[in-house]
Amino acid sequence: MLQIRNLEKRFGTLKALQDVTLEIHSGEMVGIIGRSGAGKSTLLRCINRLGNPSAGTISWHDDPVSQLKGRALRQWQRRCGMIFQQFNLVPRLDVMTNVLMGRLSYRNTLLSLLRWFPREDRARAILTLERVEMAQFALQRADSLSGGQQQRVAIARALVQQPQLLLADEPIASLDPHNARRVMDILRRINREDGITVLCNLHTLDTARHYCDRVIGMRDGCVVFDGAPSQLDSGTVRQIYGVEHDADFNEGVTSTWLENDAAPVACTAT
Amino acid sequence: MHEAMQQKSVLDFEAAFRRERLRQRIQFLVFGLLFALATWLAADISQFTFARLWEATPRMGDYLVRTLPELHLMSLPGDIAYWYYGFDRWLKLLFDTLLIALLATLFGAIGGLLLCFPASRNLVKNYTLYFVCRRFAEITRTVPEVVYALIFVVAFGVGPMAGLLALTIHSIGAQAKLYSEANENIDENPLEGLRASGANWFQVMRFGVLPQVLPNITTYTLWRMELNIRSAAIIGFVGAGGIGQELYHAISFNYYEDISAIVLMVVFTISLIDLTSERLRHRIIGRENLT
Repeated sequence: MLQIRNLEKRFGTLKALQDVTLEIHSGEMVGIIGRSGAGKSTLLRCINRLGNPSAGTISWHDDPVSQLKGRALRQWQRRCGMIFQQFNLVPRLDVMTNVLMGRLSYRNTLLSLLRWFPREDRARAILTLERVEMAQFALQRADSLSGGQQQRVAIARALVQQPQLLLADEPIASLDPHNARRVMDILRRINREDGITVLCNLHTLDTARHYCDRVIGMRDGCVVFDGAPSQLDSGTVRQIYGVEHDADFNEGVTSTWLENDAAPVACTAT
Repeated sequence: MHEAMQQKSVLDFEAAFRRERLRQRIQFLVFGLLFALATWLAADISQFTFARLWEATPRMGDYLVRTLPELHLMSLPGDIAYWYYGFDRWLKLLFDTLLIALLATLFGAIGGLLLCFPASRNLVKNYTLYFVCRRFAEITRTVPEVVYALIFVVAFGVGPMAGLLALTIHSIGAQAKLYSEANENIDENPLEGLRASGANWFQVMRFGVLPQVLPNITTYTLWRMELNIRSAAIIGFVGAGGIGQELYHAISFNYYEDISAIVLMVVFTISLIDLTSERLRHRIIGRENLT
């Protein structure tokens, strides 16, 4: 269980997160929604410790995540996989090596610097690539792939870390609707089949509704909604997106899906 | 249109635009004057006058003419053989010079590569470490090779070893500087991807930074090789081995024809290497741009 207590993050005088208190249970698939600048990314970055909280605590089971340093911190980061809007692969390395990056924290520094990975690691990487249907690209350079393909490689990199928790920071914001759906399907499968807790920042409401067991709404660094997707009525949605005065707020505006895809159906990756 | 030009937003912008332009003009004027002053000062201190340049140029010509060999069409092969009487020895010395340059480039590249990561502002959190590495690279780089060569000739005696060390030390600093500039211009998203999966600093440098800067590092290293060959020919003047030592000897004893013979050999070799290395560099850059 991930426990976040009174989390605060300041950038100078700007409070990006204020008094965020949350409990995420193991195996949940949670969507975090809100406008740009609501603090969604900051929250995920604090959990992975790419950014350090200014105040408050984060803990995973009994681990005091927010206090970890050095090797212990890196071991936490290994257990807490992360994928990004911009994929953050190393463009000039091939797909296989990019996935093996997820194994770096398991390996001896000196050997890893020589690019030496045991066969098990390569086997694990190729099997994981197969899961995200990218195995045939294993020896191709990452920058030769499309956005959707890169994101799938990034997911594979996170998976070979054997994480218990997966953070996804706007994983589909740079993708077209078809690829977006494919990536979301994979994330849900990971959640269901591997029992990995998934925390996913989304800025589109219907994706959150469709894929997540639980939705957290953020606004101006605060949690303003926390509940089942079915509890999201138009009033709460307006509160999250800050459109109280806009009588005609249309949920479709935040949609990722193509017109004829308007009602996404549960599907496995094709 | 006239009415539109009287609108408040247009007028406000117009005023801001004029202020900004005035500021730019004043800045240009001030810096222009400062630059002119500095140029005049520099010319004065270095005692540069066009009159002196005019007077001395013919004398330079005289010297050059004196170094020319006597070649006659009738006895050309014999004349050339006479001119290049020391060819075998000079070739060996030139080869020494090349070896000094190549080894110095290799050691400089290794040292520079090790030093460039902690000397990049975006890659280290510890400011002291960054500061120390940066200043170290600066000191090794800014002292001219000839000065190092003089010091090492005293310490290790006359010979190539002194030259090699001098060039190596200078190369380490220069390469660390160039490499770290490349490091500071990389895309940092991939580094974040690696950090987020628990990679340590060394692993982030190896897999996040190095692949991104490798093409730059390669071209900078080839470039350093060209520079080092030129420098290696010069530092021989202070006894640090190679062809320079011989050239210095010829100049100081006024063996005029030897001077032209050696200089021609050096120029020819350097041009050849420059051309090859330039091709190689362009090929690397070209291959990068294609993919």
